[in-house]
Amino acid sequence: MAEVAASEDNKEFAPGTIIELADLDEPVDDEVCCGGAPAPKSNPFEKPGYKLQPYVRAIIKDKHVDVALVKTELDRSDHWGALSTRLGFNRNDYKVAPGLYGVGKPDADSEVLVTANYKLTFDIVRKELGGLNCWLLVLDTCGINVWCAAGKGTFATSELVERLQTTRLAEKVNHRRLIVPQLGAVGVASHTVRLQSGFRVIYGPVRATDIRAFLQNNLQVTEKMRSVSFTLRERFILIPVEINNFSRKIWWIFPVLFLLSGISTSIFSLEAAWQRGFAISIAVLSGGLLGTVVAPLLLPWIPGRSFSLKGTITGIIFGVIGVQILTMLSILEMFSVILITTAISSYLCMNFTGSTPYTSPSGVEKEMKLAIPLQAIAVLIGAVLWLISPFV
Amino acid sequence: MKSFRYIEGVASITVDRQKCVGCAMCVNVCPHQVIQLHDKKANVVDRDGCMECGACATNCPVEAISLTPGVGCASLIINRCLKKRNINTTGCC
Repeated sequence: MAEVAASEDNKEFAPGTIIELADLDEPVDDEVCCGGAPAPKSNPFEKPGYKLQPYVRAIIKDKHVDVALVKTELDRSDHWGALSTRLGFNRNDYKVAPGLYGVGKPDADSEVLVTANYKLTFDIVRKELGGLNCWLLVLDTCGINVWCAAGKGTFATSELVERLQTTRLAEKVNHRRLIVPQLGAVGVASHTVRLQSGFRVIYGPVRATDIRAFLQNNLQVTEKMRSVSFTLRERFILIPVEINNFSRKIWWIFPVLFLLSGISTSIFSLEAAWQRGFAISIAVLSGGLLGTVVAPLLLPWIPGRSFSLKGTITGIIFGVIGVQILTMLSILEMFSVILITTAISSYLCMNFTGSTPYTSPSGVEKEMKLAIPLQAIAVLIGAVLWLISPFV
Repeated sequence: MKSFRYIEGVASITVDRQKCVGCAMCVNVCPHQVIQLHDKKANVVDRDGCMECGACATNCPVEAISLTPGVGCASLIINRCLKKRNINTTGCC
């Protein structure tokens, strides 16, 4: 019965009508006071098996597919989602449904902004669009941000052209302009899009914060809008994920380190296992933090161009300071600790190349050819020194 | 991004000035302002600033730009090597 009523409700709205969801909320009069006030009654747009997302503000009725209009303010669930994604939880499945959305009260003359279906990206974009009227064409990038998706080939010409067809955008707008974020250009060939769909791609600013100025500036980008940056803040927000990736791969090493550290002149010494195991674990952990936190944060101030070198410098400096603090170490153990800390720091800092917006694959390959053998030799010598030190 | 510079003398980007029609798409899409138009032809003015993302080549309507595009990511390169040797790995960046 409820479904029949809902579909009848739906029929009342002519195509093009905007229905604000907040207006549909009917508070339920409830005299029985157990369990607090009930939630509002379900509205006609809630369908069995589907979830009406909290970021949807209103619906525009359409002959074919209704379009959701999104809110331009983020709420608590968006902030929580962003935080847990930044920390590395549910990071690989944080997405919105691809398709056409709207902002404000879009009409046939409104601009069309193209973006990715990573929810973090989607939120950053809609947050900047308060008071504007435009369309938001969300491509299926499998929950990846625009630049990475363009590099991986999911933010791509073919996906864009297909999405234009499935959303019937050409029937909704009078013009044939698409505003694509500049960093999507790696995956989108503008001339091919035009050939296959008739839409002209205009590359917009790199950052969502510049969209408003770009729209007010007759779709002209300034040099600042076109340039990527890598500020301390931008590096800082990458760090939790770096730590997460590192710790996920390395946790099994610690029991091994304690076991190996116990090997001594009396075959196996529990005391040595504890003391020396503690020291070498600190060395490995420090190498990890130096390569994933310290070197990335201090990136522009550490001398050298190659990331492995930056990691090496950081590793040696902090390694030398560290062995002064761990006073119980012998000379051989000190060398071992410095070598291992430095090698790990160098290796992980080298892996940070994947998170930067300026390293070329040719450059990464060049530095790896030199760095990886050296890092391996350092770990090997460090391990040998560590194992023989009780016998010397 | 003049404050961040990576290894010099490796970027593979070249522009065929014969083919170039001066549409400036490459200038528009480059995130590091590596290319400028001189006499209505694209010109690489900051080769060492190039990160080989490939946006310019993808958006060149006459295929005048050639480079080996890719993602400058050490763990990606390591994973590819391991895969070639049939060693299982988990995803990268």
